[in-house]
Amino acid sequence: MPIPMKFIRPALLLVLAAIATAAHAGSITVKGSDTLVILAQKWAEVYMGQKPDTKIQVTGGGSGVGFAALQNKTTDLADASRKIKVNEIEACIKAFGKRPTEYRVALDGLSLYVNADNPIEKLSLGELEGIFSGRIKNWKDVGGSDAAIVVYSRENSSGTYEFFKEHVLRGKDFVASAQTMPGTAAVLQAVSKDKNGIGYGGAAYGAGAKHLKVSKEKGGEAIDPTEETVLSGVYPIWRYLYIYVNPDLDKGEVASYLNWIRGDEGQKLVKEVGYYPLPKNLRQ
Amino acid sequence: MSWFHRDTSKRMTAEPKDAKRTIGWMGIQRGHQARPLEWLAERLIFLTSLSAIVMIFLIFLFVTREALPVILGRMNSAAVQPVIPVDKLDSLKPEELMLYLGLTPSEFASKDRATIKLLMEVKAEAAAEVTTDKDAKINTTQWRYLLLPYQWSGYDKPEHIWQPISDIRKYNIVPLLVGSLKATLVALLFSVPLSLAAAIFVSQLCSAKLREWIKPAIELLAGVPSVVLGFFSLIVMASFLQRLFGYESRLNALVAGIALGLASVPVIFSIAEDALTSVPQAYTQAALALGSSKWQAAWQIVLPAAIPGVFAAVVLGFGRAIGETMVVLMASGNASIMSWSVLDSTRTITATIAAELAEAVFGGEHYRILFLLGALLFAVTFLSNLAGGMVIQRLKHRLEGGA
Amino acid sequence: MSSTTVSLKPTEGQAFRRSRVDVWSVFFTGATGLATALILAILAIILLNTVINGWPAISWRFLTGGTQSDMFDVNKAGVLPMLLGTTARVILMTIFVIPVGVITAIYLTEYAQNTSPFTRIIRSAVNNLAGVPSIVFGLFGLGFFISFVGRGMDAVLRSGQPEPLWAKPAILWASLTLAVMTLPVVIVATEESLRAIPPGLREASLALGATKLQTILQIVLPQALPGILTGGILAVSRAAGEVAPILFTGAAYYMRDLPKALTDQFMDLGYHIFVLSTQSPNIEKTRPILYGTVLVLLALTFSLNLVAILVRANIRKRARAGH
Repeated sequence: MPIPMKFIRPALLLVLAAIATAAHAGSITVKGSDTLVILAQKWAEVYMGQKPDTKIQVTGGGSGVGFAALQNKTTDLADASRKIKVNEIEACIKAFGKRPTEYRVALDGLSLYVNADNPIEKLSLGELEGIFSGRIKNWKDVGGSDAAIVVYSRENSSGTYEFFKEHVLRGKDFVASAQTMPGTAAVLQAVSKDKNGIGYGGAAYGAGAKHLKVSKEKGGEAIDPTEETVLSGVYPIWRYLYIYVNPDLDKGEVASYLNWIRGDEGQKLVKEVGYYPLPKNLRQ
Repeated sequence: MSWFHRDTSKRMTAEPKDAKRTIGWMGIQRGHQARPLEWLAERLIFLTSLSAIVMIFLIFLFVTREALPVILGRMNSAAVQPVIPVDKLDSLKPEELMLYLGLTPSEFASKDRATIKLLMEVKAEAAAEVTTDKDAKINTTQWRYLLLPYQWSGYDKPEHIWQPISDIRKYNIVPLLVGSLKATLVALLFSVPLSLAAAIFVSQLCSAKLREWIKPAIELLAGVPSVVLGFFSLIVMASFLQRLFGYESRLNALVAGIALGLASVPVIFSIAEDALTSVPQAYTQAALALGSSKWQAAWQIVLPAAIPGVFAAVVLGFGRAIGETMVVLMASGNASIMSWSVLDSTRTITATIAAELAEAVFGGEHYRILFLLGALLFAVTFLSNLAGGMVIQRLKHRLEGGA
Repeated sequence: MSSTTVSLKPTEGQAFRRSRVDVWSVFFTGATGLATALILAILAIILLNTVINGWPAISWRFLTGGTQSDMFDVNKAGVLPMLLGTTARVILMTIFVIPVGVITAIYLTEYAQNTSPFTRIIRSAVNNLAGVPSIVFGLFGLGFFISFVGRGMDAVLRSGQPEPLWAKPAILWASLTLAVMTLPVVIVATEESLRAIPPGLREASLALGATKLQTILQIVLPQALPGILTGGILAVSRAAGEVAPILFTGAAYYMRDLPKALTDQFMDLGYHIFVLSTQSPNIEKTRPILYGTVLVLLALTFSLNLVAILVRANIRKRARAGH
């Protein structure tokens, strides 16, 4: 009788498992922010080009995804577009006994997008807070045409979502009718197709819609998000982009990758992708 | 009827009573002689075939297991909890420490004193950051807040709010249930008439040559993956429908519902068509001989005879529509509004799970509530499948004279 | 002899043929035909839209290029890693699902008694498994395979090392999850082909002195191979397009290399479409790549479906001839 399939299958599994446990060396998993994911992929590509022995895997999903993966120990590096929260630090301590190490890796300005046909050129922080929390419902209340404002937001796993909530909405909830899009590109696409739409996202996502100038108070000087205004802090909505790592894993390959990112080569890529590199005093 | 249950070694005229008694626990005849290796193989076959049952059971078990603490009301998500200062560490009993820090006994045992001290420091830091909101002391994972409306601070009337990421985490699941139901209803309204009409046409009314081409063509629609349908509705259909009807939100329950309907059309069509074709030709021929037209025969004779299959088709279409994920993730706008209007963006259960699970910490309350939603979804589809199966059995018995 | 014979004059016969046209029948026949045409039209629109927009992006380089550089660069992007990732997980899934599905179908047709409640429970379980939503399978993969089995394997095989190897999203767990999901498809297809085999064949074999198991293995199963093949192809086609179950169990956004070990993550066509639709930095620029990827995925699932339909039609023709 020929060997029945039932015996081949477990044998195959054993062989594969043996190969698996043996052939697993030197791979770095990176998970987290969608804002950072293009940059993370570029970093990984160039770094792997220089050091072919290292394997790097990049996934997005949102800053929340990165933190969760850090706590679940399913990633080495967690990309984040916001600072870690205290209860996330607590969960990390429960998972691996130490606070995670924080590294700043780039600067970003949050842009506000509106449709290219929208006559509005600038808005103040107060008006933005009103629009996104639902208090201001019509474009004519802020100087535009008489049409209802359609708000586009991000999924709540996004660090951009949380950053915006904390710094622009000052802790208030987004309006319930805000359409949540799964990525900044989706927000941009939606706004570019919707005359009355408004959305937000990282400055590196450029084309397709108009970027608004933002002023701190109504009637104050409206500022464009550019490298000088963001680096000097003049542009009101700017933030650091972070990478968090378990201190126990911060050695060897992982450490050299992090150093490379924060050194001149990594920062050159930051500029190419469209974010703003770290000022010299913060670099490696 | 399995033909193997005539034991050829015994007399050919075994009485039914006799036959039953000779059938063993696996359905194999007692007295069925097998060589030892084969006996082993047959037992293994039996065990392997239990896999389907085991899988259903495991799915139910593991999904519900993760959701159990929320179902039983044992989680506490209040933003403000009383703080114990760090220097009191040694004066606390282990049970009190476990409760305060939220650790299970095994987790607590695996941590050394330095780690526990660190945890207490972090808890003190957290308390310093805490919000002074009036709702800060509420445990929002209680069933009352999961189902009933409540007036949170910053809102001017009681509402159902799903905002899991916030200082005060709001977990009301009603907007998600409404969203799923809305999208599924639109899907069924769109796909059931369409697929039933097509099934009637293809099985009864069109010529045999046409049937050979049309049937595989529609079944080819089943080969379109749901992510492609979602992509198509996001990029093409949403703009088209907006230009057609001129409503405000580009991505809403209508778009998502139609795309879901497209996904369930092949399911409903093939089962309904099978049911209609398996009605004996004699019925149709008798009707035609009595002078009816093909349509009258189909509508008044064949369709009523095929009702069990058609019903099964609709039930399976419902299951497919309510469980579909990628389509609604891309096409529904994902806004958790509590409204019955199909022109509003909507957030379904499946899209919520898909979008939010990756960022939920294992074992945290957000994670468990998402698993609760998954368990709910599983229960709904399981019960509808079961009900559909039972109705079909009963109707089949009636039609075939209780065989 | 009476003269009351009825004679059918030719004119009466013609009147009989010229029956009244039932307006409703014509209307409804037209309406149902229209419904069918609508469905086919929508299918055609989807296909045409994809082909027209995606064809310009397809080239040998697109199909065989990959991760050497920027994923969003129109001139350099490729789908090879996604194609291979999808293929790898589907092959792995087939290794798991075909044996289990075929054995279950053999039990259901050859051994089980149709009226016993036990058999009905198994059949009901198979039907229910087919109706479970795909996201629940994703939850199951996370909650059972990664958290339970993976953690157990880590505790046993790698106790003492802090970094989990098995309790992470991996191609192994994604394939197992998909195997559970497509089990009903294989079972149903195999059952259909087993039933199509005439009982006379089995009786002849038994009469010649073969045991039941020998009959199954050497006579019945080889005859049923086309049906098993259909089941496998349908399972593969279904699994190739599914994204929800692999979202948390193994799909990655970007990897330079192909998955080499069972514990690696993988890139995937469907997931890549999702990512490109929602996260590409310049929608208009990456439109060709997006459409190209969709075209590749559609071509894959359609061709598999077509082969399965043809094989199944062949089986059904043979079954009707044999009975």
